[in-house]
Amino acid sequence: MTLLGDVARWFADPANWQGPHGIPVRVLEHIELSGLAVAVAVAIAMPVALYLGHVGRGGFIAINVANIGRALPSLALLAFGLIIAISVGLGLGFWPTMFALVPLAIPPIVTNTFVAVRQVDRDVVDAARGMGLAERQILARIEVPLGLPLMLDGIRTAAVNVVATATLGALVAGGALGRFIVDGFALREYDQLVGGALLVALLAIVTEITFGALARASAPRGMTVER
Amino acid sequence: MTPDEPLVRWDWVVNHTGEIGFRVGEHLELTAIAVGVGLVIAFALAFAAVRLPALYPPITLFTGILYTIPSLALFAFLVPYTGLSVLTAEIGLVSYTLLILIRNIVSGIRSVPADVLEAARGMGYTPRQILWRIELPLALAVIFAGIRVATITTIGLVTVTALIGEGGLGYFILLGMQQLFSTPLLVGAIGSIAFAIVADAALVLLQRALTPWTRLA
Repeated sequence: MTLLGDVARWFADPANWQGPHGIPVRVLEHIELSGLAVAVAVAIAMPVALYLGHVGRGGFIAINVANIGRALPSLALLAFGLIIAISVGLGLGFWPTMFALVPLAIPPIVTNTFVAVRQVDRDVVDAARGMGLAERQILARIEVPLGLPLMLDGIRTAAVNVVATATLGALVAGGALGRFIVDGFALREYDQLVGGALLVALLAIVTEITFGALARASAPRGMTVER
Repeated sequence: MTPDEPLVRWDWVVNHTGEIGFRVGEHLELTAIAVGVGLVIAFALAFAAVRLPALYPPITLFTGILYTIPSLALFAFLVPYTGLSVLTAEIGLVSYTLLILIRNIVSGIRSVPADVLEAARGMGYTPRQILWRIELPLALAVIFAGIRVATITTIGLVTVTALIGEGGLGYFILLGMQQLFSTPLLVGAIGSIAFAIVADAALVLLQRALTPWTRLA
Protein backbone atom coordinates (compact mmCIF):
# COMPACT_ATOMS: atom_id res chain seq x y z
CA MET A 1 0.00 0.00 0.00
CA THR A 2 1.57 3.27 -1.06
CA LEU A 3 -0.27 5.26 1.58
CA LEU A 4 1.38 3.32 4.40
CA GLY A 5 4.74 4.04 2.79
CA ASP A 6 3.87 7.74 2.56
CA VAL A 7 2.85 7.81 6.21
CA ALA A 8 6.03 6.01 7.24
CA ARG A 9 8.07 8.54 5.22
CA TRP A 10 6.13 11.37 6.87
CA PHE A 11 7.13 10.03 10.29
CA ALA A 12 10.72 9.44 9.14
CA ASP A 13 11.17 12.95 7.72
CA PRO A 14 13.31 14.90 10.24
CA ALA A 15 11.68 18.16 9.08
CA ASN A 16 8.42 17.01 10.62
CA TRP A 17 10.07 16.69 14.02
CA GLN A 18 11.49 20.20 14.22
CA GLY A 19 10.33 23.71 14.84
CA PRO A 20 7.10 25.18 16.21
CA HIS A 21 4.97 23.03 13.88
CA GLY A 22 6.80 19.76 14.47
CA ILE A 23 5.37 16.59 15.93
CA PRO A 24 6.87 16.98 19.45
CA VAL A 25 5.49 20.51 19.79
CA ARG A 26 2.03 19.45 18.60
CA VAL A 27 1.99 16.46 20.96
CA LEU A 28 2.97 18.69 23.88
CA GLU A 29 0.32 21.25 22.92
CA HIS A 30 -2.26 18.49 22.86
CA ILE A 31 -1.26 17.14 26.28
CA GLU A 32 -1.06 20.63 27.75
CA LEU A 33 -4.48 21.66 26.46
CA SER A 34 -6.13 18.38 27.52
CA GLY A 35 -4.41 18.26 30.91
CA LEU A 36 -5.37 21.83 31.73
CA ALA A 37 -9.00 21.28 30.69
CA VAL A 38 -9.31 18.13 32.80
CA ALA A 39 -7.61 19.83 35.77
CA VAL A 40 -10.02 22.77 35.62
CA ALA A 41 -12.98 20.41 35.31
CA VAL A 42 -11.78 18.39 38.31
CA ALA A 43 -11.32 21.58 40.35
CA ILE A 44 -14.88 22.66 39.54
CA ALA A 45 -16.73 19.35 39.62
CA MET A 46 -15.06 17.32 42.33
CA PRO A 47 -15.72 19.48 45.43
CA VAL A 48 -19.40 19.85 44.48
CA ALA A 49 -19.84 16.13 43.77
CA LEU A 50 -17.97 15.10 46.94
CA TYR A 51 -20.19 17.34 49.03
CA LEU A 52 -23.40 16.15 47.38
CA GLY A 53 -22.30 12.54 47.68
CA HIS A 54 -21.39 12.94 51.34
CA VAL A 55 -24.69 14.53 52.36
CA GLY A 56 -26.58 12.30 49.91
CA ARG A 57 -28.43 15.11 48.16
CA GLY A 58 -28.95 16.06 44.56
CA GLY A 59 -28.58 12.48 43.37
CA PHE A 60 -31.05 12.84 40.53
CA ILE A 61 -29.19 15.79 39.06
CA ALA A 62 -25.71 14.38 39.76
CA ILE A 63 -26.55 11.13 37.99
CA ASN A 64 -28.43 12.65 35.07
CA VAL A 65 -25.88 15.34 34.34
CA ALA A 66 -23.88 12.64 32.52
CA ASN A 67 -26.83 11.97 30.22
CA ILE A 68 -27.24 15.66 29.55
CA GLY A 69 -23.50 15.84 28.84
CA ARG A 70 -23.81 13.14 26.23
CA ALA A 71 -26.48 15.12 24.40
CA LEU A 72 -24.06 18.02 24.01
CA PRO A 73 -22.18 17.30 20.78
CA SER A 74 -18.50 18.22 21.00
CA LEU A 75 -18.66 20.32 17.84
CA ALA A 76 -21.66 22.21 19.24
CA LEU A 77 -19.70 22.91 22.43
CA LEU A 78 -16.87 24.23 20.30
CA ALA A 79 -19.35 26.48 18.48
CA PHE A 80 -20.53 27.91 21.81
CA GLY A 81 -16.91 28.20 22.97
CA LEU A 82 -16.03 30.18 19.85
CA ILE A 83 -18.94 32.59 20.31
CA ILE A 84 -18.10 33.14 23.98
CA ALA A 85 -14.36 33.55 23.38
CA ILE A 86 -14.85 36.08 20.60
CA SER A 87 -17.53 38.07 22.40
CA VAL A 88 -15.29 38.49 25.47
CA GLY A 89 -12.32 39.30 23.24
CA LEU A 90 -10.17 36.20 23.83
CA GLY A 91 -9.87 35.44 20.14
CA LEU A 92 -9.33 32.16 18.34
CA GLY A 93 -7.40 29.01 19.10
CA PHE A 94 -6.73 28.19 22.73
CA TRP A 95 -9.67 29.81 24.54
CA PRO A 96 -12.59 28.66 22.37
CA THR A 97 -11.22 25.11 22.65
CA MET A 98 -10.82 25.44 26.42
CA PHE A 99 -14.40 26.70 26.76
CA ALA A 100 -15.57 23.61 24.89
CA LEU A 101 -13.40 21.08 26.71
CA VAL A 102 -14.15 22.01 30.33
CA PRO A 103 -17.96 21.57 30.09
CA LEU A 104 -17.34 18.34 28.21
CA ALA A 105 -15.19 16.98 31.04
CA ILE A 106 -17.42 17.98 33.96
CA PRO A 107 -20.43 15.58 33.64
CA PRO A 108 -18.59 12.22 33.91
CA ILE A 109 -16.54 13.54 36.83
CA VAL A 110 -19.64 14.73 38.71
CA THR A 111 -21.57 11.52 38.14
CA ASN A 112 -18.74 9.13 38.99
CA THR A 113 -17.59 11.06 42.04
CA PHE A 114 -21.14 11.24 43.39
CA VAL A 115 -21.72 7.52 42.84
CA ALA A 116 -18.25 6.70 44.23
CA VAL A 117 -19.10 8.38 47.54
CA ARG A 118 -22.64 7.02 47.73
CA GLN A 119 -21.67 3.42 47.05
CA VAL A 120 -19.42 3.28 50.11
CA ASP A 121 -21.03 0.86 52.57
CA ARG A 122 -23.23 2.92 54.94
CA ASP A 123 -22.30 0.57 57.82
CA VAL A 124 -18.67 1.55 57.39
CA VAL A 125 -19.60 5.25 57.45
CA ASP A 126 -21.79 4.74 60.52
CA ALA A 127 -18.98 2.86 62.26
CA ALA A 128 -16.59 5.74 61.51
CA ARG A 129 -19.11 8.23 62.86
CA GLY A 130 -19.52 6.06 65.98
CA MET A 131 -15.76 6.07 66.45
CA GLY A 132 -15.93 9.84 66.64
CA LEU A 133 -14.63 10.86 63.21
CA ALA A 134 -15.76 14.29 62.09
CA GLU A 135 -17.74 14.57 58.86
CA ARG A 136 -14.71 15.99 57.07
CA GLN A 137 -12.59 13.07 58.30
CA ILE A 138 -15.21 10.57 57.17
CA LEU A 139 -15.06 12.08 53.70
CA ALA A 140 -11.27 12.27 53.56
CA ARG A 141 -10.37 8.97 55.26
CA ILE A 142 -13.28 6.66 54.43
CA GLU A 143 -15.33 7.78 51.48
CA VAL A 144 -12.61 9.16 49.20
CA PRO A 145 -10.17 6.23 49.57
CA LEU A 146 -12.93 3.66 49.07
CA GLY A 147 -14.43 5.58 46.16
CA LEU A 148 -11.14 6.45 44.49
CA PRO A 149 -11.20 3.78 41.76
CA LEU A 150 -14.64 4.89 40.62
CA MET A 151 -13.66 8.57 40.81
CA LEU A 152 -10.59 7.94 38.66
CA ASP A 153 -12.78 6.02 36.25
CA GLY A 154 -14.85 9.18 35.79
CA ILE A 155 -11.72 11.23 35.19
CA ARG A 156 -10.64 8.60 32.66
CA THR A 157 -13.87 9.00 30.70
CA ALA A 158 -13.49 12.77 30.84
CA ALA A 159 -9.82 12.68 29.81
CA VAL A 160 -10.40 10.38 26.83
CA ASN A 161 -13.25 12.61 25.64
CA VAL A 162 -11.12 15.70 26.09
CA VAL A 163 -8.13 14.25 24.21
CA ALA A 164 -10.47 13.31 21.35
CA THR A 165 -12.20 16.67 21.27
CA ALA A 166 -9.04 18.76 21.63
CA THR A 167 -8.42 17.63 18.05
CA LEU A 168 -11.33 19.79 16.92
CA GLY A 169 -9.56 22.87 18.25
CA ALA A 170 -7.69 23.06 14.95
CA LEU A 171 -11.00 24.08 13.34
CA VAL A 172 -10.91 27.34 15.29
CA ALA A 173 -7.27 27.99 14.45
CA GLY A 174 -5.91 26.13 17.44
CA GLY A 175 -2.72 24.08 17.49
CA ALA A 176 -2.33 20.58 18.91
CA LEU A 177 -2.57 17.38 16.90
CA GLY A 178 -5.80 18.31 15.15
CA ARG A 179 -3.67 20.69 13.07
CA PHE A 180 -2.21 17.76 11.09
CA ILE A 181 -5.66 16.32 10.44
CA VAL A 182 -7.39 19.57 9.52
CA ASP A 183 -4.46 20.70 7.35
CA GLY A 184 -4.23 17.22 5.86
CA PHE A 185 -7.89 17.44 4.83
CA ALA A 186 -7.55 20.97 3.50
CA LEU A 187 -4.36 20.31 1.51
CA ARG A 188 -5.34 16.72 0.60
CA GLU A 189 -2.03 15.59 2.07
CA TYR A 190 -2.95 12.10 3.13
CA ASP A 191 0.41 11.34 4.74
CA GLN A 192 -0.01 14.24 7.14
CA LEU A 193 -3.72 13.41 7.62
CA VAL A 194 -3.18 9.76 8.53
CA GLY A 195 0.01 10.50 10.49
CA GLY A 196 -1.85 13.03 12.63
CA ALA A 197 -4.78 10.64 13.06
CA LEU A 198 -2.40 7.91 14.23
CA LEU A 199 -0.85 10.22 16.82
CA VAL A 200 -4.27 11.30 18.16
CA ALA A 201 -5.57 7.73 18.29
CA LEU A 202 -2.43 6.62 20.08
CA LEU A 203 -2.68 9.45 22.61
CA ALA A 204 -6.33 8.60 23.31
CA ILE A 205 -5.54 4.92 23.83
CA VAL A 206 -2.56 5.73 26.08
CA THR A 207 -4.80 8.05 28.14
CA GLU A 208 -7.42 5.31 28.46
CA ILE A 209 -4.86 2.70 29.53
CA THR A 210 -3.03 5.02 31.94
CA PHE A 211 -6.14 6.10 33.81
CA GLY A 212 -7.47 2.54 33.79
CA ALA A 213 -4.25 1.35 35.42
CA LEU A 214 -4.40 4.24 37.92
CA ALA A 215 -7.96 3.33 38.84
CA ARG A 216 -6.99 -0.28 39.47
CA ALA A 217 -3.87 0.66 41.40
CA SER A 218 -5.80 3.12 43.58
CA ALA A 219 -8.02 0.46 45.10
CA PRO A 220 -7.25 -0.04 48.79
CA ARG A 221 -5.86 -3.45 49.64
CA GLY A 222 -8.54 -6.08 49.98
CA MET A 223 -10.84 -4.31 47.56
CA THR A 224 -11.22 -5.61 44.04
CA VAL A 225 -12.17 -3.40 41.15
CA GLU A 226 -14.45 -4.68 38.48
CA ARG A 227 -13.66 -4.23 34.79
CA MET B 1 -18.48 38.31 14.56
CA THR B 2 -18.22 41.97 15.44
CA PRO B 3 -19.53 43.78 18.52
CA ASP B 4 -22.20 45.64 16.56
CA GLU B 5 -23.53 42.49 14.95
CA PRO B 6 -26.46 40.72 16.68
CA LEU B 7 -25.92 37.18 17.98
CA VAL B 8 -28.63 35.82 15.73
CA ARG B 9 -29.55 37.38 12.41
CA TRP B 10 -33.09 36.18 11.98
CA ASP B 11 -33.20 37.28 8.34
CA TRP B 12 -30.42 34.74 7.64
CA VAL B 13 -32.43 32.01 9.38
CA VAL B 14 -35.57 32.90 7.41
CA ASN B 15 -33.64 32.97 4.12
CA HIS B 16 -32.14 29.55 4.81
CA THR B 17 -35.18 27.63 6.07
CA GLY B 18 -35.08 25.40 3.00
CA GLU B 19 -31.47 24.45 3.56
CA ILE B 20 -32.00 24.00 7.30
CA GLY B 21 -34.81 21.56 6.52
CA PHE B 22 -32.57 19.68 4.09
CA ARG B 23 -29.77 19.42 6.67
CA VAL B 24 -32.17 18.18 9.36
CA GLY B 25 -33.25 15.44 6.93
CA GLU B 26 -29.62 14.57 6.20
CA HIS B 27 -28.89 14.45 9.94
CA LEU B 28 -31.84 12.12 10.50
CA GLU B 29 -30.83 9.88 7.62
CA LEU B 30 -27.17 9.58 8.68
CA THR B 31 -28.25 8.83 12.26
CA ALA B 32 -30.94 6.29 11.33
CA ILE B 33 -28.63 4.35 8.99
CA ALA B 34 -25.82 4.31 11.56
CA VAL B 35 -27.99 3.10 14.45
CA GLY B 36 -29.86 0.64 12.20
CA VAL B 37 -26.74 -0.95 10.75
CA GLY B 38 -25.09 -0.80 14.18
CA LEU B 39 -28.01 -2.71 15.69
CA VAL B 40 -27.82 -5.47 13.06
CA ILE B 41 -24.08 -5.96 13.58
CA ALA B 42 -24.39 -5.64 17.37
CA PHE B 43 -27.17 -8.23 17.58
CA ALA B 44 -25.17 -10.68 15.47
CA LEU B 45 -22.05 -10.26 17.63
CA ALA B 46 -24.04 -10.25 20.89
CA PHE B 47 -25.86 -13.49 20.00
CA ALA B 48 -22.51 -15.05 19.16
CA ALA B 49 -21.11 -13.87 22.50
CA VAL B 50 -24.10 -15.25 24.42
CA ARG B 51 -23.70 -18.66 22.77
CA LEU B 52 -19.90 -18.67 23.10
CA PRO B 53 -18.96 -16.59 26.16
CA ALA B 54 -15.27 -16.89 25.23
CA LEU B 55 -15.97 -14.53 22.31
CA TYR B 56 -17.22 -11.73 24.53
CA PRO B 57 -13.88 -10.35 25.84
CA PRO B 58 -12.24 -10.06 22.39
CA ILE B 59 -15.42 -8.47 20.96
CA THR B 60 -15.57 -5.83 23.70
CA LEU B 61 -11.83 -5.23 23.44
CA PHE B 62 -12.02 -4.60 19.69
CA THR B 63 -15.15 -2.43 19.81
CA GLY B 64 -13.67 -0.68 22.84
CA ILE B 65 -10.60 0.30 20.85
CA LEU B 66 -12.84 1.54 18.02
CA TYR B 67 -14.82 3.56 20.57
CA THR B 68 -11.66 5.14 22.00
CA ILE B 69 -10.29 6.35 18.66
CA PRO B 70 -11.26 10.03 18.31
CA SER B 71 -13.92 10.53 15.65
CA LEU B 72 -11.89 12.96 13.58
CA ALA B 73 -8.97 10.51 13.53
CA LEU B 74 -11.19 7.61 12.50
CA PHE B 75 -12.61 9.60 9.60
CA ALA B 76 -9.08 10.62 8.65
CA PHE B 77 -8.00 6.96 8.48
CA LEU B 78 -10.90 6.12 6.18
CA VAL B 79 -10.80 9.06 3.76
CA PRO B 80 -7.77 7.85 1.75
CA TYR B 81 -9.68 4.60 1.06
CA THR B 82 -13.35 5.50 0.89
CA GLY B 83 -13.05 9.19 0.02
CA LEU B 84 -15.23 12.08 1.17
CA SER B 85 -18.41 10.04 1.10
CA VAL B 86 -21.47 8.86 2.99
CA LEU B 87 -19.75 5.47 3.24
CA THR B 88 -16.83 6.99 5.17
CA ALA B 89 -19.23 8.77 7.50
CA GLU B 90 -21.31 5.65 8.11
CA ILE B 91 -18.34 3.33 8.74
CA GLY B 92 -17.18 5.72 11.44
CA LEU B 93 -20.64 6.31 12.92
CA VAL B 94 -21.51 2.59 12.99
CA SER B 95 -18.17 1.79 14.68
CA TYR B 96 -19.04 4.05 17.59
CA THR B 97 -22.46 2.47 18.21
CA LEU B 98 -21.13 -1.09 18.52
CA LEU B 99 -19.58 -1.10 22.01
CA ILE B 100 -22.62 0.46 23.69
CA LEU B 101 -25.14 -1.70 21.83
CA ILE B 102 -23.30 -5.02 22.26
CA ARG B 103 -22.70 -4.41 25.96
CA ASN B 104 -26.35 -3.64 26.60
CA ILE B 105 -27.72 -6.50 24.50
CA VAL B 106 -25.44 -9.04 26.21
CA SER B 107 -26.05 -7.77 29.74
CA GLY B 108 -29.78 -7.54 29.00
CA ILE B 109 -29.92 -11.17 27.91
CA ARG B 110 -27.72 -12.28 30.79
CA SER B 111 -29.94 -10.47 33.31
CA VAL B 112 -32.91 -12.73 32.60
CA PRO B 113 -33.47 -14.73 35.83
CA ALA B 114 -32.40 -18.37 35.73
CA ASP B 115 -35.78 -19.49 37.13
CA VAL B 116 -37.56 -17.96 34.17
CA LEU B 117 -35.31 -19.79 31.73
CA GLU B 118 -35.77 -22.99 33.71
CA ALA B 119 -39.54 -22.61 33.58
CA ALA B 120 -39.44 -21.97 29.82
CA ARG B 121 -37.29 -25.01 29.27
CA GLY B 122 -39.64 -27.07 31.44
CA MET B 123 -42.56 -25.90 29.30
CA GLY B 124 -40.78 -27.33 26.27
CA TYR B 125 -39.44 -24.12 24.65
CA THR B 126 -36.62 -24.68 22.20
CA PRO B 127 -33.44 -22.54 22.59
CA ARG B 128 -34.57 -20.43 19.63
CA GLN B 129 -38.00 -19.86 21.20
CA ILE B 130 -36.37 -19.00 24.53
CA LEU B 131 -34.22 -16.37 22.80
CA TRP B 132 -37.04 -14.71 20.87
CA ARG B 133 -39.97 -15.11 23.28
CA ILE B 134 -38.31 -14.94 26.70
CA GLU B 135 -34.81 -13.47 26.66
CA LEU B 136 -35.21 -10.67 24.12
CA PRO B 137 -38.54 -9.30 25.45
CA LEU B 138 -37.19 -9.33 29.02
CA ALA B 139 -33.91 -7.74 27.89
CA LEU B 140 -35.69 -5.03 25.92
CA ALA B 141 -35.47 -2.37 28.65
CA VAL B 142 -31.69 -2.71 28.92
CA ILE B 143 -31.31 -2.91 25.13
CA PHE B 144 -33.36 0.24 24.74
CA ALA B 145 -31.17 2.05 27.25
CA GLY B 146 -28.27 1.19 24.92
CA ILE B 147 -30.13 2.31 21.82
CA ARG B 148 -30.88 5.66 23.46
CA VAL B 149 -27.23 6.28 24.36
CA ALA B 150 -26.06 5.13 20.92
CA THR B 151 -28.57 7.40 19.17
CA ILE B 152 -27.69 10.49 21.19
CA THR B 153 -23.97 9.85 20.69
CA THR B 154 -24.46 9.34 16.96
CA ILE B 155 -26.45 12.56 16.57
CA GLY B 156 -23.51 14.40 18.12
CA LEU B 157 -20.94 12.62 15.97
CA VAL B 158 -22.88 13.29 12.76
CA THR B 159 -21.98 16.97 13.18
CA VAL B 160 -18.28 16.04 12.93
CA THR B 161 -18.86 14.41 9.54
CA ALA B 162 -19.29 17.95 8.19
CA LEU B 163 -15.51 17.81 7.76
CA ILE B 164 -15.85 15.04 5.22
CA GLY B 165 -18.64 16.75 3.32
CA GLU B 166 -21.69 15.34 5.15
CA GLY B 167 -22.63 16.58 8.57
CA GLY B 168 -26.35 17.37 8.68
CA LEU B 169 -26.67 20.34 11.02
CA GLY B 170 -22.90 20.16 11.59
CA TYR B 171 -22.57 21.78 8.17
CA PHE B 172 -23.82 25.05 9.67
CA ILE B 173 -21.36 24.82 12.57
CA LEU B 174 -18.44 24.39 10.18
CA LEU B 175 -19.74 27.23 8.00
CA GLY B 176 -19.99 29.48 11.07
CA MET B 177 -16.44 28.60 12.09
CA GLN B 178 -15.07 29.37 8.63
CA GLN B 179 -16.91 32.69 8.35
CA LEU B 180 -16.80 33.53 12.10
CA PHE B 181 -20.54 34.07 11.84
CA SER B 182 -22.55 33.31 14.99
CA THR B 183 -25.96 32.73 13.38
CA PRO B 184 -25.12 29.45 11.59
CA LEU B 185 -22.98 28.40 14.59
CA LEU B 186 -26.05 28.67 16.81
CA VAL B 187 -28.41 27.13 14.25
CA GLY B 188 -26.15 24.08 13.97
CA ALA B 189 -25.29 23.73 17.65
CA ILE B 190 -28.75 24.33 19.12
CA GLY B 191 -30.36 22.41 16.26
CA SER B 192 -28.30 19.28 16.88
CA ILE B 193 -28.91 19.41 20.65
CA ALA B 194 -32.65 19.85 20.10
CA PHE B 195 -32.58 16.98 17.64
CA ALA B 196 -30.91 14.72 20.23
CA ILE B 197 -33.52 15.61 22.85
CA VAL B 198 -36.43 14.98 20.47
CA ALA B 199 -34.93 11.68 19.28
CA ASP B 200 -34.43 10.52 22.87
CA ALA B 201 -38.03 11.37 23.78
CA ALA B 202 -39.26 9.50 20.70
CA LEU B 203 -37.27 6.41 21.72
CA VAL B 204 -38.75 6.53 25.24
CA LEU B 205 -42.25 6.54 23.73
CA LEU B 206 -41.31 3.69 21.39
CA GLN B 207 -39.96 1.66 24.27
CA ARG B 208 -43.19 2.14 26.23
CA ALA B 209 -45.22 1.02 23.25
CA LEU B 210 -43.05 -2.09 22.82
CA THR B 211 -43.04 -3.11 26.49
CA PRO B 212 -46.63 -2.59 27.68
CA TRP B 213 -46.10 -4.93 30.65
CA THR B 214 -43.67 -2.53 32.30
CA ARG B 215 -46.41 0.07 32.63
CA LEU B 216 -48.49 -2.12 34.94
CA ALA B 217 -46.04 -1.80 37.80
